[in-house]
Amino acid sequence: MANKTILEVQNLTKFFNTPGGQLHAVDGVSFKIEEGKTLGIVGESGCGKSTTGRTILKLLEPTGGKILFDGQDITGYSRKQMRPLRQEMQMVFQDPFSSLDPRQTVMQLISEPIIEHKLLKSKAEIEARTLELMETVGLAERYVNTYPHELDGGRRQRIGIARALAVRPKLIVCDEPVSALDVSIQAQILNLLKKLQKDLGLTYIFITHDLSVVKYFSDDIAVMYLGQMVEKAPSDILFQNPIHPYTKALLSAIPLPIVGGDKPKRQLIKGEITSPVNLPDECRFMKRCDCVQECCKNGNPQLREVEPNHFVACSCV
Amino acid sequence: MAQANELKKQYKKRTLAQETWRRLVKNPGAMLGLGFLGLLIMAAALSPFIFDYEVDVIGQNMSERLMAPGAAHWFGTDEYGRDLFARVIYGARYSLIIGVGSVLLGLVVGTILGSQAGFHGGVIDSIIMRGIDIFYSIPNIMTAVVIVSLLGPSTVNLMIALAFSCASSFARIVRASVMTIRDQEYVESSYAMGLPTWKIIVKHILPNCLSPIIVQITLLIGTTIISASSLSFLGIGVPAPAPEWGALLSAGRGHIRDASYMCIIPGLAIMFTVLALNLLGDGLRDALDPKMKK
Repeated sequence: MANKTILEVQNLTKFFNTPGGQLHAVDGVSFKIEEGKTLGIVGESGCGKSTTGRTILKLLEPTGGKILFDGQDITGYSRKQMRPLRQEMQMVFQDPFSSLDPRQTVMQLISEPIIEHKLLKSKAEIEARTLELMETVGLAERYVNTYPHELDGGRRQRIGIARALAVRPKLIVCDEPVSALDVSIQAQILNLLKKLQKDLGLTYIFITHDLSVVKYFSDDIAVMYLGQMVEKAPSDILFQNPIHPYTKALLSAIPLPIVGGDKPKRQLIKGEITSPVNLPDECRFMKRCDCVQECCKNGNPQLREVEPNHFVACSCV
Repeated sequence: MAQANELKKQYKKRTLAQETWRRLVKNPGAMLGLGFLGLLIMAAALSPFIFDYEVDVIGQNMSERLMAPGAAHWFGTDEYGRDLFARVIYGARYSLIIGVGSVLLGLVVGTILGSQAGFHGGVIDSIIMRGIDIFYSIPNIMTAVVIVSLLGPSTVNLMIALAFSCASSFARIVRASVMTIRDQEYVESSYAMGLPTWKIIVKHILPNCLSPIIVQITLLIGTTIISASSLSFLGIGVPAPAPEWGALLSAGRGHIRDASYMCIIPGLAIMFTVLALNLLGDGLRDALDPKMKK
């Protein structure tokens, strides 16, 4: 596959004004994704990973930085200007229970984007395409006139995926698409997403807090902490050789299938996440880090290439 | 395409209206209310053919004044000897038209204002809602008196006057529901689909605030019928000989000791109508909610 960059994000920031000051939800995030690849964004709750996804799709207005989609700078685009681009970039939402309008049937839900973008004209064509999409995502035809509340979480998420696929997008932002589902269904949905990527050449941004999921799924992984990327590397490199102390702790928190015997000692993180409001100019992970040095207090570390394609933001490395 | 046709046969799709009706039929209370309203509307529609307005409804007959209900006059007669049955049936025309008309007018205006206020929030919300607060702080009757005095007394102007107070309560209810639904993920998902804002409001937000709106419609029709009566009583409602229910009620007030039926009968007419509306409204709210499907 041609290594064409489909999305480039430069120094993206999103601040929210709160009574206590500016909340740095996303603070200077940069990355590139090549067509057909998957970028996993991991981090704990509140680290700004979902905000990053939403800002890329312009569901939230970025405070600063640049978003380049297919070479186009979409940062300043209005909602109206974004509308044609919605065909190219789509989103799968976290909670399949709240992301589907409870008053619409499966047919209405899936056909809505087709009708909205006038992709097909006649009613019969729209219905045929909806059925085709249902088949693609593995929803039985008999559900066509049911309402979302009649279906289980896995099927609902399949509706969400079908809605995203309906416009034949190039890029899909998956915002924790499986975290609201049972483990057995998680695997089904992940396999489905993977199959769709292979068949349709999709590019994914895969946002999750579940590292075992992201390992299975992503080509590249970016680890976020308090609105910033602390480590970014191809998936296998990151898992073999994590460098940032936060990444190490995250990886050691993955449950291992070992019964009794020698379990490796867990590297637990102490304390709580620092408040993202009015951050001081020092390493943001410092207060929870095991290997703090004097240099950590001198400014917020930026991403540096430690080995080829492996970027880390830590003053100690 | 052949597949789609086949599908229609297989999983017969019902429209929202059919589906709602199917569920409504299962609710005995709602059917009772619907039946009563149906009868009332039929009676109101047919009354000009059954009664001669000039003779039966407003024609005075002093020899038969204040006759108690009986075979000759089912509901008795009033102080001018007019048959109360004819007047109550004919009065349904006025009361229903005023009640339904002003509520619908208020619904349209209130929904537009409330959805804008609730959806956009901020300055737009403050301007609209403070304006409505001002209206709310003035007693409804007073607003209505001012409007009717400005426009002149007539049935249409009375409806406009009453619509004002309906609009403000609809605006509040719609605003509150829109504010909770606005932040639902499916609204964000519609943005991600590329829907324009007005379509999101009309297609996804308003249908989901239907339940409180419907309850409010049925409650307000009742209240409005009663407000219209009070205005008739004050002399700025439907002009005098017309048999509006409120007018009948207040005409009977003077005879409440000797001819209490003159108050009781129009009162019962109002009460049953409001009750029927409430029963129907309750049933409709349940029937319109796909989650209540059994």
